[in-house]
Amino acid sequence: MNYDRIVLRYGDLTMKGRNRKVFEDKMLKSVKRAMKPFPEVTYWRTYGRMHVLLNGAPHQPVIDRLKDLFGIVSVSPVISVPSELEAIQAAALDIMASLKKQPATFKVNAKRAWKGFPHGSHEMNHLVGGHILPRYPELRVDVHHPELELKLDIHEEATHLYWETIPAAGGFPYATSGKAMLLLSGGIDSPVAGWLALRKGLELEAVHFHSYPFTSEQATDKVKTLTRRLSYYAGVPIRLHLVPFTDIQTKIAHGNQENLTITLMRRAMLRITELLAEQVKANGIVTGESLGQVASQTLSSMNVIGRVATLPMIKPLITMDKQEIIEIARQIDTYETSILPFEDCCTLFLPKSPSTNPNLRVVERVEHSMEDYDLLIKQAVENTETILLSFNENNNEASQDEENWF
Amino acid sequence: MLYFDHCASTPPHEDVVRTMMEVMTKHYANPSSLHGGGVAAARLLEKAREQLGQLMNTKQGRWIFTSGGTESNNLAIKGVARALRSRGNHIITSSIEHASVYEVMQQLKEEGFDITELPVSREGHVQLEDVKSAIRDHTILVSIMHVNNELGTIQPIAEIGELLKSYPKLKFHVDAVQSIGKLPIDIEGWGIDLLSGSAHKLRGPRGVGFLYVRNGLPLAAQQAGGSQEFDLRAGTENIAAIVASAKALRLAITKQPQLAAQVEQLAAYLKTRLAEIAELKLNGGAPQSPFIVHFSYPGMKPEVIIHMLEQKGILASTRSACSSKDDKPSRVLLAIGATREEAAGGIRISFGEEHTKQDVDQLVLALQQIVASLKPLERGSRH
Repeated sequence: MNYDRIVLRYGDLTMKGRNRKVFEDKMLKSVKRAMKPFPEVTYWRTYGRMHVLLNGAPHQPVIDRLKDLFGIVSVSPVISVPSELEAIQAAALDIMASLKKQPATFKVNAKRAWKGFPHGSHEMNHLVGGHILPRYPELRVDVHHPELELKLDIHEEATHLYWETIPAAGGFPYATSGKAMLLLSGGIDSPVAGWLALRKGLELEAVHFHSYPFTSEQATDKVKTLTRRLSYYAGVPIRLHLVPFTDIQTKIAHGNQENLTITLMRRAMLRITELLAEQVKANGIVTGESLGQVASQTLSSMNVIGRVATLPMIKPLITMDKQEIIEIARQIDTYETSILPFEDCCTLFLPKSPSTNPNLRVVERVEHSMEDYDLLIKQAVENTETILLSFNENNNEASQDEENWF
Repeated sequence: MLYFDHCASTPPHEDVVRTMMEVMTKHYANPSSLHGGGVAAARLLEKAREQLGQLMNTKQGRWIFTSGGTESNNLAIKGVARALRSRGNHIITSSIEHASVYEVMQQLKEEGFDITELPVSREGHVQLEDVKSAIRDHTILVSIMHVNNELGTIQPIAEIGELLKSYPKLKFHVDAVQSIGKLPIDIEGWGIDLLSGSAHKLRGPRGVGFLYVRNGLPLAAQQAGGSQEFDLRAGTENIAAIVASAKALRLAITKQPQLAAQVEQLAAYLKTRLAEIAELKLNGGAPQSPFIVHFSYPGMKPEVIIHMLEQKGILASTRSACSSKDDKPSRVLLAIGATREEAAGGIRISFGEEHTKQDVDQLVLALQQIVASLKPLERGSRH
């Protein structure tokens, strides 16, 4: 099939009222960014849709990229022919012949936008359907639940035919909902939370806490890989803040409140994240918490931990089951990276029985009694290293030597 | 000297040798070590693995590095047989497999497995209908080679794979040692669960085998002592040779269509010329890998011909190098219905990228001279 364009249908953004124009502009920007590897494509916007004109670009990679972009509900590859009955009928037959699996039922759904076309929409359904039917004796028309719906958009300059609707990522276009910080541990949950947050149009900056030498460099590499993966969905590079957490963590671990270690660590992380958020003007914190999954994610733990945050906490996974989270992780291709066996700082010094019901007053008292607590938090923020990561580069800038070896 | 024994082993590519030397010098650390040196070595290992996946276009499985084609075949067949024993004990293979499949099957037979050895046609091909009618309820594995290492005949792997798609419980192993990097293989499209390859058959180093293992496939490790290669193959990884193998495969795949076309012409030409020598008989029929031409001199011990060729500066093989020291007639030739006399006298010519039409002419000339000098000694000609 000789596709000449891809039609994109917008998702949630069509519900926007007066802001619609802004959203559509962001959508176009986002599509254009994603289409950078295909300089030949051009764009044409209509109400509630966008056409990406291929101009010779290969259709499959274009579709593969577009269906991962947020703000688009579905895409359809299109072939265009002159608006003449014979040409349209011939194209419809070509399409039928190209199908991998012959459908049992079909219907034609014509729309005549160009009133100068001599046949009405209803008439066209018959003219095209009646042209196909005699050649496919098994095929029947079913106007209610057809297996194949062949759509014709008749315009003066051309008629567009399409029949395949490929579901896309949905949501809002990138950066239409403001900016938030994403706590990225390297596990299965946080990248999924990040993806869901991006889907809602959030711009993200990722924060990772590392405790070298207690954690390895591979753990950080893993988080870099995950950030790059998320940047693919965002369509832009993502900033990753690498916070040195060793000093705070050892300080907390040296205290004599072993069962509160995790609670104290999580509170310290939120404090640091809020300070970072202030620096980069972010208005929320996204986490991969899921109710009841671990001791720090019981409602009472979240209550005690969340007290230190003043920004809204966004927890996209809060009521999801682990299996649902894993399914998304597989879909977005972060699962295999997440399960690499490198410990992050949260699994270190894991107490034998972490508290599922910490007492806020005890927690606050412990923090108060810790020497230099505020200073350590401040130092962690100051010593945070920020890197910009993009999906189209590798983690390790391989040496020339190494390139030659392969 | 003319080296016509590429199916036994190939001269390593100079870039492969350089890679091997450099990696060996620089990355001596054990990839399982936690320090930076180990991490760097492990990264090279994973990069090599990734490169294999990209070159072979596999997405639903992973590549294991072994010590060679033989180990890959052993691991694939014994690994599946032992992991799936509770499901069944029937295995289907062909009568023309390489010794590293054939003898593994003999071992499994002694362990109580039921082995069906499919016959092949006179031309040297497994028949699809035979595979189909051999399948039983308790069949767990079908293991068929892609290109036969003696005759060069190409087995209908795509068709067998298609057939086996209707038997999802049954696993499909392909010994592709003679085809990987030389002929197109669509591992996942053909429904292959396990596929063996070897680096030194494609100008890579000795000591590296490949094994593709589809995700989720139960496989029992055959050697204990470490969790390397996803717990499937204990032992410190041979990083330098593995990286060099990934390079060799890339070089091979890059020029694969062009080389196949070049060798195709040589094979066709050699076959035409051999047909002019009445005493020699070509073995195997189309489809056949252009990298192998196989013929017999019935009644003449092949070693004699090999030695006489060598005196003229030409190196070839009697049959699979792994069995060439046996004095018995070739199992593969007997399987295509050759007489014992014919089966004892097989000569294999295998091509590489350095060969030209002139080389073939030189070979043919040598064979003409050899046949002329041996003719009076043919068994049965002296009364």
